[in-house]
Amino acid sequence: MHELGIANSVLEAVRAEAQRHPGALPVKVSVRVGELAGVDPDALTFSFEALTSGTEWARLALEVETCPRLHHCPACGNTFRVVDYQFTCPACGAPRTECVSGDELELAYLEMEEP
Amino acid sequence: MNRVPMEKKVLSENDRIAGELRERFRKNDVLCLNLISSPGAGKTSLLERTLEGFARGERVAVLTGDIQTDNDAARLARFGFPVQQITTGGTCHLDARMIARALEAWSLEDLDLLLIENVGNLVCPASYDLGEAAKIVVLSAPEGEDKPLKYPSIFFKSALLLLNKIDLLPYVPFDIGKARENARRVHPEMEIVEVSCATGQGLDVWRQWLARQRAAMSAEKIGSLA
Repeated sequence: MHELGIANSVLEAVRAEAQRHPGALPVKVSVRVGELAGVDPDALTFSFEALTSGTEWARLALEVETCPRLHHCPACGNTFRVVDYQFTCPACGAPRTECVSGDELELAYLEMEEP
Repeated sequence: MNRVPMEKKVLSENDRIAGELRERFRKNDVLCLNLISSPGAGKTSLLERTLEGFARGERVAVLTGDIQTDNDAARLARFGFPVQQITTGGTCHLDARMIARALEAWSLEDLDLLLIENVGNLVCPASYDLGEAAKIVVLSAPEGEDKPLKYPSIFFKSALLLLNKIDLLPYVPFDIGKARENARRVHPEMEIVEVSCATGQGLDVWRQWLARQRAAMSAEKIGSLA
């Protein structure tokens, strides 16, 4: 259960960003979580709410965008979503493909109400 | 409504410190390895057997993380190498700042190999870069062969899988072939070494793996000087 620490890091990033926009009210922060990131979106949302409720950040919503594991095939250039650990390229059948995304743990954007 | 792109990692502060550590390790030719497993898989036993195999003059040190107690540091200190316990006080993983703080007590110039024993946990340590050259995941036979599929993140991010407690194979329902297959399903390039810290079986292969990593690091250094 390290989602509380991660939620806190998200909140710290929002705080830092908000300081650069005096008077604006942050209302939504969006994060991307890859399926290989080892972070549970529900636990992250729960932790975030626990941190923000009853504080000046109570109106700040968290949006979690989950990112699938994508592989790229060096043989034919195809990029495909990996389901059930099937790494073989569905387009050309090449067995060796490379993981190109799926371990994201990134801040995407912050929405703010202007004064 | 104003939407501002942020486009940075959530753990960017941890990653920044980990990046600094990695650079310091590289400059001082220190091979740093991060050992991760569930509680009781045998990380400390593996470190005991590893330290026991080193000659006195080897420049090896261990950082060992736990939520409470310094039992592991006490177990490891008797081999005569520098050992520090990091007690996280509740946190379920080590982060880069804890490593940086612990290293203030040592000079990296005096080290060739730094072994980090993470807090016993297959989930959270996967998210925190410690500046290591590689993560190593330890999985023991009694835990079951499905662990790589249940905890794919750590198996995906580790260069080496140490399958420990293979002396128990006759007594536990553990399909080692299936365990290897599951690990490779998650991470096709993963290296796998089977060991038993109780009987010593396979430890020579593990030591050879360690020696190869150290040699590769020196070769890289020579290459960069050329």
